[in-house]
Amino acid sequence: MKQVPAEYYQLLEQLQVVDFVLVELTLYLDTHNEDLEAIKQFNHHAKERKQIKKQFESQFGPLQQFGNSYSGYPWNWDDSPWPWQV
Amino acid sequence: MNTHFKTYYPYVSPFDPCKPMVKKTYSTPPNLYLGFQPPNLPQFTPMEALRAGTLWKPLYDPWYSPYEKGKKGVPS
Amino acid sequence: MWIYEKKLQYPVRVSTCNPMLAKFLIEQYGGADGELAAALRYLNQRYTIPDRVIGLLTDIGTEEFAHLEMIATMVYKLTKDATPEQLKTAGLGDHYVDHGKDLFYHNAAGVPFTATYIQAKGDPITDLYEDIAAEEKARATYQWIINMSDDTDLNDALRFLREREIVHSQRFREAVEILKEEQGKKKIF
Ligand SMILES: [Fe+2]
Repeated sequence: MKQVPAEYYQLLEQLQVVDFVLVELTLYLDTHNEDLEAIKQFNHHAKERKQIKKQFESQFGPLQQFGNSYSGYPWNWDDSPWPWQV
Repeated sequence: MNTHFKTYYPYVSPFDPCKPMVKKTYSTPPNLYLGFQPPNLPQFTPMEALRAGTLWKPLYDPWYSPYEKGKKGVPS
Repeated sequence: MWIYEKKLQYPVRVSTCNPMLAKFLIEQYGGADGELAAALRYLNQRYTIPDRVIGLLTDIGTEEFAHLEMIATMVYKLTKDATPEQLKTAGLGDHYVDHGKDLFYHNAAGVPFTATYIQAKGDPITDLYEDIAAEEKARATYQWIINMSDDTDLNDALRFLREREIVHSQRFREAVEILKEEQGKKKIF
């Protein structure tokens, strides 16, 4: 049976870490839309997440679809595992 | 910093069928005290933030079950 | 529109095969103060709330769907390899008869999800107070589930979810402050 390598979990966690900071800053900025420092921090992490997303997808396939990620060949969006399976 | 718990001592009757829990506690999370969040509050590192469930140190208020050793402080 | 992302918001681990915990957890899946009710409540209110807080309702509502997926993951992991016998002893016999291993939107007592869990009064302050109360109720529910669980890995993820309710409540409280502010006055922090 095919299982994901340890690196999958490491990269996934890196993404979860930066995305969580982005979620927290998003909710904060929704009620503090003039906090320039927080906006700078947000943009910094948004850039960082782009890089991690790229690295993750190059190894483990698309994270999003409907065109928000590129596809490999054959179509690999619907490849297992799904998040609740790992 | 405010405490995350408050305690009270309910009346104990000699006819209470179960062994009385003399001291009871209830949760008073930090959102009751913070008001409109001021800018530049201390933050966790990104990794700590994910573990804590919040980026903001003053909003951190973890809950442990009686089966777990209650460990406070920085999340690991 | 919404875009699905193939990852959980927080890594969910379950250390012991204890299907009884799934029975408790389903409260946060299809119960009155669960994640589904939360998501639907906020996303429904945002159409008529003042523009200043639409973004907040949209984002918290969206995050609640990520929490729903975490709860589903916990239930899935706790039940996927359980035998009918184990499910029966865990109190999930009734569930198994009706749904097999499928998840279902009902609460811990098996009452199916209903739209009446969600309030929509069309009055911004009323709706936001409802949201604050909903977050506190969800926080309390997580406390009681954690109290009954000896699975430290599971509790780790539940603790994350409980903390999220604290942050959401904080933001809704701020939304009330924004809406009650006197108009034409400069904001002071
Ligand atoms: Fe919430």
